[in-house]
Amino acid sequence: MAIAQATTHASTKPQTGIWSWITTVDHKRIGILYGVTSLIFLLIGGIEALLIRIQLMRPEMSFLDPDTYNQLFTMHGTTMVFLVGMPIAVAFFNYIIPLQIGARDVAFPRLNALSYWIFLIGGLFMTYSVIAGIAPNVGWFGYAPLTSAQYSPGPNVDFWALGLQILGVASIMGGINFITTIINLRAPGMTLMRMPLFTWMAFVTSFLLITALPVFATGLFFVTFDRAWGTNFYNVAAGADPMLWQHIFWLFGHPEVYILILPGFGIVSEVIPTFSRKPLFGYSIMVYSGILIGFIGWGVWAHHMFAVGMGPIADAFFAASTMIIAIPTGVKIFNWLATMWGGSLRFTTAMLFAVAMVGMFTIGGISGIHHSVAPSNLQQTDTYYVVAHFHYVLIGGLINAIFAGIYYWFPKVTGRLLNETLGKWHFWLFIIGVNMTFFPMHFLGLLGMPRRIFTYPAELGLADMNMVVTIGAFIQAISVLIFLANVLRSVKRGELAGPNPWGGLTLEWAIPSPPPVYNFTAIPEVRSREPLWAEPESIEKQLKEASPEGIHMPGPSFWPLVVAIGIFLSMALFMVDAWWAPLVGVLLTFFGVVNWAFEKN
Amino acid sequence: MSHAAAADAHHTSTGLPTWKIGFWTFIGSESLFFGTLISTYMVYKGRSLVGPYPPDVFSIPLTTLSTFVLLMSSLLMVLALNAVQRGDRRGSILWLFGTAFFGAIFLGCQAYEFTHFYHVGLTLQTNLFGSSFFILTGFHGAHVMVGIVWLLILWVMALRGQLGPQDALKVEIAGLYWHFVDVVWIAIFTLVYLLQ
Repeated sequence: MAIAQATTHASTKPQTGIWSWITTVDHKRIGILYGVTSLIFLLIGGIEALLIRIQLMRPEMSFLDPDTYNQLFTMHGTTMVFLVGMPIAVAFFNYIIPLQIGARDVAFPRLNALSYWIFLIGGLFMTYSVIAGIAPNVGWFGYAPLTSAQYSPGPNVDFWALGLQILGVASIMGGINFITTIINLRAPGMTLMRMPLFTWMAFVTSFLLITALPVFATGLFFVTFDRAWGTNFYNVAAGADPMLWQHIFWLFGHPEVYILILPGFGIVSEVIPTFSRKPLFGYSIMVYSGILIGFIGWGVWAHHMFAVGMGPIADAFFAASTMIIAIPTGVKIFNWLATMWGGSLRFTTAMLFAVAMVGMFTIGGISGIHHSVAPSNLQQTDTYYVVAHFHYVLIGGLINAIFAGIYYWFPKVTGRLLNETLGKWHFWLFIIGVNMTFFPMHFLGLLGMPRRIFTYPAELGLADMNMVVTIGAFIQAISVLIFLANVLRSVKRGELAGPNPWGGLTLEWAIPSPPPVYNFTAIPEVRSREPLWAEPESIEKQLKEASPEGIHMPGPSFWPLVVAIGIFLSMALFMVDAWWAPLVGVLLTFFGVVNWAFEKN
Repeated sequence: MSHAAAADAHHTSTGLPTWKIGFWTFIGSESLFFGTLISTYMVYKGRSLVGPYPPDVFSIPLTTLSTFVLLMSSLLMVLALNAVQRGDRRGSILWLFGTAFFGAIFLGCQAYEFTHFYHVGLTLQTNLFGSSFFILTGFHGAHVMVGIVWLLILWVMALRGQLGPQDALKVEIAGLYWHFVDVVWIAIFTLVYLLQ
């Protein structure tokens, strides 16, 4: 509906004040909002992890009671996946994609603001439940029928199902926005096969977002309707099959894994060429393998379900498809190595994190291959071996890449460099901490330590390794504090960066740091994959000759916030015991959408 | 490219209006949503432990009639878009209202159907059939409802003379939505009603 486009004539000057942030539709500001918010959630999720590790430090501890423990591991997983991993990638998408493809903003700036507000409100809603002590306690995967009103009568599961439903809306809108931006707002001459690899991976991720999230939304609606209205989707007594939930959840859940990791692949594919002073090795194969991962990622979901007994044919199929997906992933690893081979390497903090990502992601990938072998999987499932695996993938793969990306693009965002000395401290403590935490978990798992159990008996002989794991977790926490200190210090007092501190090759490095509201004085015409290496004079000339006068930027709007509150209420009010309550939210959404559509400024 | 954002149909990489690409992407996402709902219905087909079962409640002639009305509304939608593109104000007003009206007839039939099912003892809670049927068709009906409101807003704009040929894209996108909701119904009618 909202076709009326908001534009103003004189809003190319930066705005200031709280209200300007609340009504902003600038992709760079929304990117910063996403980034800061998800870093705060990272701290919350991290504290949850530390509490878990204190409880597991020694056998038979009673630091946490079992129910609190259940709430903490559920919310640790939920927070890290939905409130940290996904939105921090979206922060990068927002800030970097328009700059890399030579656009002034994303395709739908107000929709972008709406995504952020929905994410923020949904995140606060779920986090409130933790503080109130009524947090979800059924695991981040919420297996049926444990989520039913019969087995989980409190509000805990409602926070989970409704909170994720709200966050899903934001992700789908984000996906639509990025796909449209990348398809339609590229600079002249920037063909698809000249796009920076980060933008390519964001493109694939966005397709996974718009296809996987609606499947999850349906499954979550069933949970909510079962609980609120007494439907029978997961009611075994009425003949329902709890496997339905597992299939729906993992049909979403495995593409979700690639939603988390592909942005990391993209970041590393930008950082490694820049600090190797070599174009990315095998660019087109890197693009195709990313697309292939996106496709095959849809055909491996049931490898999460080997233990439920699907029969040998299904097991064999999903074991094989899982092994196949290792091929495009391996291609990427080798291409990163080949990019570095013979390059003039500069080991800045960003590069260190990128190299660590390649190594540690490979460790996670190898334990992933172990899981794909169905008989071996039956031994490993529900043990700490699995915990070790996905933390190597998500911390070793995603978080390392995110840190690489932050050190790499921080100067573009703030105009100042992060401190390299603190950066090296951050890096080395983090790498030591992560490996101390997660490497012993492989052994703990193979020795039979089960996941999600709040304690373990002393006779199992697992105490010493658990102590090492807990110390590792605290070392990680210290390194993250160093990182935060570095950020706070460098925002104000960091060394001035200039437009292109690293000698980067993509368009974002052609404009000032931080970029002006309108990004580019003129949209440059691009003739190569590495514009700032292959044709720097041409790009510079095009940008210099134009003036920012007469550039029309979309005006601020507070309707996205109104609609976000409406969408939040239309979900959250399912917790009120009246069938019409969610309609209040629907009406507010309608009111907001109509005003949005007819907004003129 | 003087406009950052979208509505600007002139200087895009593909030459297509950005809104149209965004909306097609949305339809792709919606397809997965309805796909999951329909799959759930199919998976649970014939697995209800107690009645009423589909043959006990369905009235194929009535639903065929309402399906026909909904399909015809798509024809009216095409006429409405054509009238707006030609700047034919009277045609725009007539066909936009006609599309919404036919949609309303369809919803009326659905309301009658739901009430009838309720009286013969099929509710959301009765069995797997009741749950999966009402949630699937209920979500579809909600989409039709959104479409009707959307069309009526466009109709009011047309009445006020605010819907000229330059606004054709707005109507075209409303039309994309309307046709999509129609196509979903064809799948539901075939899989749920006809293939019992």
